[in-house]
Amino acid sequence: MSVTPTPIEVATDEKTARRLRRGEELEEQPTKAGRVKKRLTSRGATVVALIIAIVWTIPTFGLFVSSFRPAEEIQSNGWWTIFQNPGFTFDNYSEVLFSASQSSPQLGAYFVNSLAIAIPATVFPLVIACMAAYAFAWIKFKGSNALFILVFALQIIPIQMALLPLLQMFTAVLRPIQAGLHDAIPMIPEQNYLPVWVAHTIFALPLAIFLLHNFIAEIPGEVIEAARVDGATHSQIFFRIVLPLALPAIASFAIFQFLWVWNDLLVALIFSGGTQDVAPLTQRLAELSGTRGQDWQRLTAAAFVSLVVPLIVFFSLQRYFVRGLLAGSTKG
Amino acid sequence: MTSADLIGKILQVVGGLAIFAAVIGLLLFFLDRAPKRGRDYWQLAGFLLPTAVLIIAGLIYPAFRTSLLAFQNNSGEWTLDNFVWMFTQPSTLVTLGNTVIWVILVPLLATSIGLAYAYFIDKARGEKIYKALVFMPMAISFVGAGIIWRFVYDYRGEGREQIGLLNQIVVWFGGAPVQWLQSSPINTFLLIVVMIWIQTGFAMVILSAAIKAVPVEQLEAAQLDGTNGWQRFRNVVLPGIRGSLVVVVTTISIATLKVFDIVRTMTGGNFNTSVVANEMYTQAFRAGEQGRGAALALILFLLVMPIVIYNVRTMRKQREIR
Amino acid sequence: MSPKRYRRALLPLAAAGIVGLALTGCTGDIAAGDKENTDCSAYDAYGTFEGSPEVSIGGTIQDAEADRLVESWKDFQTCTGITVNYQGTKEFESQISVLAEAGNAPDLGIIPQPGLFNRLVDGGFLKPATKEVEANVDEFWSEDWKGYGTGSDGTFYAAPLMASIKGYVWYSPTEFKDKGYEIPKTLDELNTLTKKIADEGDHKPWCVGLGSGDATGWPGTDWIEDYVLRQAGPDTYDKWVKHEIPFNDPAIVEAFDSVGEIIKNPDYVNGGLGDVASVISTEFGDAGLPILDGTCSLHHQASFYEGFWPEGTKVSSDGDVYAFLLPGTEASDDKVVTGGGEFVGAFKESKEIDAVRAYLSSDTWANNRVKLGGVISANKGLDASVASSELLQDSVKLLQDENTTFRFDGSDLMPGAVGTDSFWKGIVAWVGGQDTKTTVDFIENSWPSS
Repeated sequence: MSVTPTPIEVATDEKTARRLRRGEELEEQPTKAGRVKKRLTSRGATVVALIIAIVWTIPTFGLFVSSFRPAEEIQSNGWWTIFQNPGFTFDNYSEVLFSASQSSPQLGAYFVNSLAIAIPATVFPLVIACMAAYAFAWIKFKGSNALFILVFALQIIPIQMALLPLLQMFTAVLRPIQAGLHDAIPMIPEQNYLPVWVAHTIFALPLAIFLLHNFIAEIPGEVIEAARVDGATHSQIFFRIVLPLALPAIASFAIFQFLWVWNDLLVALIFSGGTQDVAPLTQRLAELSGTRGQDWQRLTAAAFVSLVVPLIVFFSLQRYFVRGLLAGSTKG
Repeated sequence: MTSADLIGKILQVVGGLAIFAAVIGLLLFFLDRAPKRGRDYWQLAGFLLPTAVLIIAGLIYPAFRTSLLAFQNNSGEWTLDNFVWMFTQPSTLVTLGNTVIWVILVPLLATSIGLAYAYFIDKARGEKIYKALVFMPMAISFVGAGIIWRFVYDYRGEGREQIGLLNQIVVWFGGAPVQWLQSSPINTFLLIVVMIWIQTGFAMVILSAAIKAVPVEQLEAAQLDGTNGWQRFRNVVLPGIRGSLVVVVTTISIATLKVFDIVRTMTGGNFNTSVVANEMYTQAFRAGEQGRGAALALILFLLVMPIVIYNVRTMRKQREIR
Repeated sequence: MSPKRYRRALLPLAAAGIVGLALTGCTGDIAAGDKENTDCSAYDAYGTFEGSPEVSIGGTIQDAEADRLVESWKDFQTCTGITVNYQGTKEFESQISVLAEAGNAPDLGIIPQPGLFNRLVDGGFLKPATKEVEANVDEFWSEDWKGYGTGSDGTFYAAPLMASIKGYVWYSPTEFKDKGYEIPKTLDELNTLTKKIADEGDHKPWCVGLGSGDATGWPGTDWIEDYVLRQAGPDTYDKWVKHEIPFNDPAIVEAFDSVGEIIKNPDYVNGGLGDVASVISTEFGDAGLPILDGTCSLHHQASFYEGFWPEGTKVSSDGDVYAFLLPGTEASDDKVVTGGGEFVGAFKESKEIDAVRAYLSSDTWANNRVKLGGVISANKGLDASVASSELLQDSVKLLQDENTTFRFDGSDLMPGAVGTDSFWKGIVAWVGGQDTKTTVDFIENSWPSS
């Protein structure tokens, strides 16, 4: 195997592709391996899988149906009676999306915020964690084990415990930067995304390092050694070999991190300040049910709007799961 | 929102990403040009620097500071009152018990169901669709999940039309509707169901990838030995994905211990459903009793210890083998 | 990364971006008010500001009420040049002390409970009231109200904003007329009436609902507070909320027992909703509705419940529903009420913030806001006739009456650990069957030591 980046990448790609292709062929013309597989997944197994799939989907399906029903119907009878109590409306959607008063959701601005928070808050921790994971896996140093275990153990710190001191630090350190930015470029509001990005990055690091390390450590040692012999520096190895090879793991983790950030409420509540300038969708959703929680049916449509992006991301990056976050670390 | 706002937001994201790329790029650039002597150490430091700064400032120091709060009262005097309060509360035992039930059931069931599902649909027709269906709850925020499950657990008095699916099913079978979320102890299990519903997708996706990585040759060999499907699963697949299993169980356990949103939105911790994380949030934020919150956080910390210790031991073994 | 793969990874982001743009395209720029068409004479005192300064306000008020709140300072903004940004969130109460401690709080906070206010004062986060604010409060509010905005250090910090009266009993005037029921003048008469309705047998007299998400139980605390104030008197009430008598004091136990005779009594609850267990599970917002279909006669809830009746319900003393004040032990103490309200605290100081504070504490604001409907204020400069309904007009008169004994909602005055946690939980467990002694002991035990 050569150490230059492109061939390796092609190799991975081909391998994946081949495996995928093989997987599909198996269904049609049973090869030997296919027969093995066939007997593993019996008819009973298919039925069980089908049941699980249905049970898992029904609650969401109920929400989906409800989101098209008028509020009075939602309050007075079950969504499964939609045929007995017909009533179909886009009102819930148009109300949450397009109405402009303070009391209506105006989800547009929050939607943009969610994206603007989630994308950098996925990229930052991934890059930083990759670097750390690489250092733990491939740069030999004393105390490497102990440090790595410490980082892993940090996962257990409940976010709630770290919120207040972190916020105080942000006020002291990030606040002036934000104000300066605002003065320099007035278009950027003083309340901006910076604190939310940094907070998400910090909270994501322990798990990201732990998971990515498992994968990066499984890269064949010969590949890295060969590059070292050729005189490549660590940064070159990192960019040309480790990152491309770890791409499936990175992509898988990116999906999870994106979902977690997208669905986060707690960090947003504390660090976003709650204005339209920064606050994400979840924060708006949590407010929608009304001051006294009486309008919860409005959430049906809003909850679905917030579901769209995560599903797009999942569907389009799903194939990276085939190689998976941990496919390399199966030796256990 | 005006167009100027929108441009400002896009500018922030693009600018943020660009500055980040520049910082990381510069860091690595200079590392490559570090003095020859001790270059390895420079590079090591460089690779770990961003992590170290963020983690020390954002996790270690805050956690340390918060821990101290557990031993102080509101006016800052040193005291053990917070712990005394905690253990004289009649509800504390219930809360602790619930937390233990959560942390046992959620990882166990979410992982088993996820594993079974991943195995059953492996290479089946429409695998992608199957996966997406079970993965979907992962893509739903807790706020959304609260609404979704409301349509399942809702209760209306007997004789009135039910809007909760579960009660409707009970009624269809001739039973009387039950106030699910008010009836202890079943309510705790019903809340756990929600968490399992969310976490199964995580387990399924990762384990599915792990199953696919089990060499086909090993399966074939096992088949030639005349083993049946279950035996092959136990003797070939399971050992092959052990590492992934440990990671999945660990991650879900930790997530479970931290979860408070489900309890908070669905029962508010009433009716004997509270868990430690929810109590911590309530005390620290709503009641303004930082010390009590911190004391509860310490308990949470102790509860996670066994999981961490177990993982540390397996990790040690792995790293020794390498 | 090969270009092809790169493009594939971009695809989802691009798709998401397009959806986002499509959504934002639909919200417009909000037109600013026109100074020339606005009568600015009432706002001269606040001056005019150059460079369009902004003042941020945070609070728990949301939805339609937030719309009206924003509307109430529209002219003020136009005339003074100050932009007021209001942000309402349900989490305000749990987040504000964190934000304040970190120096990240909004300029002004609309604080809905004195307990939280005291915590913020003790933390040193609030700025004392300005001269203008204090002058306004001295002129327009009673000593009681000023007292609630004064910190433990004796400094006056926050002017009251809006108010609500809690101890109302909703009923159907039509039903009362048809069946010849009289509005009770004493608690004994109320009990007699309750028994009478129950004995007639076609429905249970009371409908009660304590459900309110993670705040489930608070409507029950209102019951207890009303009874403590009426049975044990204002002095005991004050001692109780300040913890000068323990929570398990006999006076409190008596109130619990009296309330329990109604809301834990299977013969008296839960009209149109089910059995006693349904008291806990029914959302408080839905709990009074059975009055409309005649399956319930009495419902205890604050004046704001007016907004919960379905559209088309006639709320008046001769309409579908109306409310009488929960009576006292004697017919003579008919003006003893519990209530709630908000206070405007300042986390920062500047000329424009001071101007907004002064405006919010003025009679001009009170009239502006109350005119828009749905709420009242205890501001004495408020013209009762501008209130949007008969009930609210009555409430305003009651609040402005010198003879009224007003006490703030007790759970709002207690420390958060009790007032927003153990008191609620205790009530829920108590209605669920736990005995009174265990309940009050549990709450007493949770009272913070300092």
